[in-house]
Amino acid sequence: MSASGATSYLRTWSRPPFVKRAWLRWTLYLGALAYLILSVGSVEVNWVRVWEGLDRGLRFIEGFLVPDFTSRWEDILIGMEESLTMTVASTVVGVAISVPIGIGAARNIAPLPIYAVCRAIIALSRSFQEIIVAILFVAMFGFGPLAGFLTLSFATIGFLAKLLAEDIEDIDESQAEAVRATGAGWWQIVNYAIQPQVMPRLIGLSLYRLDINFRESAVIGIVGAGGIGATLNTAMDRYEYDSAAAILILIILIVMAAEYSSGYVRKWLQ
Amino acid sequence: MSDTQFDKSWRKRTSKQELALWLGWLALVAFFVFCWEVMNKNTIWAFVSDAPRQAMDIGSRMVPPRWDYLPSLMEPLWDTIAIATLGTLMALFMAVPVAFMAARNTTPSTRFVRPIALLIIVSSRSINSLIWALLLVAIIGPGVMAGIVAIAFRSIGFVAKLLYEAIEEIDAVQVEAVSATGASKAQIMDYAVVPQILPAFAGITVFRWDINIRESTVLGLVGAGGLGLRLQESLNVLAWPQVTVIFILILITVLVSEWVSAKVRHAII
Repeated sequence: MSASGATSYLRTWSRPPFVKRAWLRWTLYLGALAYLILSVGSVEVNWVRVWEGLDRGLRFIEGFLVPDFTSRWEDILIGMEESLTMTVASTVVGVAISVPIGIGAARNIAPLPIYAVCRAIIALSRSFQEIIVAILFVAMFGFGPLAGFLTLSFATIGFLAKLLAEDIEDIDESQAEAVRATGAGWWQIVNYAIQPQVMPRLIGLSLYRLDINFRESAVIGIVGAGGIGATLNTAMDRYEYDSAAAILILIILIVMAAEYSSGYVRKWLQ
Repeated sequence: MSDTQFDKSWRKRTSKQELALWLGWLALVAFFVFCWEVMNKNTIWAFVSDAPRQAMDIGSRMVPPRWDYLPSLMEPLWDTIAIATLGTLMALFMAVPVAFMAARNTTPSTRFVRPIALLIIVSSRSINSLIWALLLVAIIGPGVMAGIVAIAFRSIGFVAKLLYEAIEEIDAVQVEAVSATGASKAQIMDYAVVPQILPAFAGITVFRWDINIRESTVLGLVGAGGLGLRLQESLNVLAWPQVTVIFILILITVLVSEWVSAKVRHAII
């Protein structure tokens, strides 16, 4: 800097800013702030209604402390039965359909046209939410668990086939090579080189999907696709908060049980 | 028995394993058939066989989309994005303390506070946002506010879970280095812990925001504002051309939000 050669070091250290360019940083900050103010401003809240609702909120919490399993037990039982059977059936069918699609969507073993078709199916299934698919299926197949079963099977395809395809693409090539060197055909390669490598993960993913399908089955009933969601919706509509709380507690318990047991099974498999 | 006859051909499993496997599959198939029967005992198959015709019918009614309905969807679209964004923000405020309480290395007490934090995480995660919305519409009334709170309650568990795992994985050496300079607890937090989890935190936030856009598009089905409200209205009057427009708009919104979140995550990490 000067002739003496003494560089003036900064005496204090300050953190490097999050975004380097100052103008961009401030534009981002100001833009975010402006958006926040606008969006908060556009939220209309009827405070009188909220005040009245707090009373109901309290009743709901009371319902949670003293859940009523008995008076709606029949409905809860039917709903749960529908939800659980729907979950199992849709996971089995969904997995059975996703395996060939997943194999087809793996670039290292599928020819290009098949790859493109399978990827398109996966993209289609992933871009529509369960609830929207459920609305369409209820319109086509009528109310009840069959529409829910179809919805969940359809949603399973996008999830499982995608992850399976990625898994197949990531396999250890040398094992496939070794099997190929024995003169094995395509089916034999899939059966002896690929399947053993992806099987543990496929089982793990199926169990995870079973868990997800149960959670979703608790929701799609709201649009008429069967399951515990319909029972819950009815209970809420009738202001029976103690029954609703009982249903929610059951859902939480089943989800927790599913999570723990699937974690256990996955550990046991590996 | 020294003169064991070895099989000439190689087999993957012993016959005992094969039997166990076969029984396992049999049990699975039997269980599936049982579930199928129970599930479909009330199904009216006449409706089902009618489904292709119904599908054709709905399909033919859905086209052409009623494009002049689009301008009146702009306000609900704004509401939907507001629900997702404000809900995510609200969730962050609540999830950060929960995450610090749940992480083994920052929790004040492993015996009392940590289980409570984990309970909050589990119950938030196991209830879908649509169910949260159902509850909150009953409590605080229909509208955007219920949607925001529903999204927030649903997101707490997700954000807190991923964040506490990130906190547990931080490099203890850096914490030690900062505390060796004589830093206070707050300073250790500020200079050693937070910078390490900040990228993960930002990534989780954007990821959840993206999910929340998806979920907030349908919250209106139970009365919590946004695009779903219009969807419900249109479905009630069987206005399928309008439904098509709403579906297309939802699809575009979801794709754009996915693109934005991918971009932002790419920039951060």
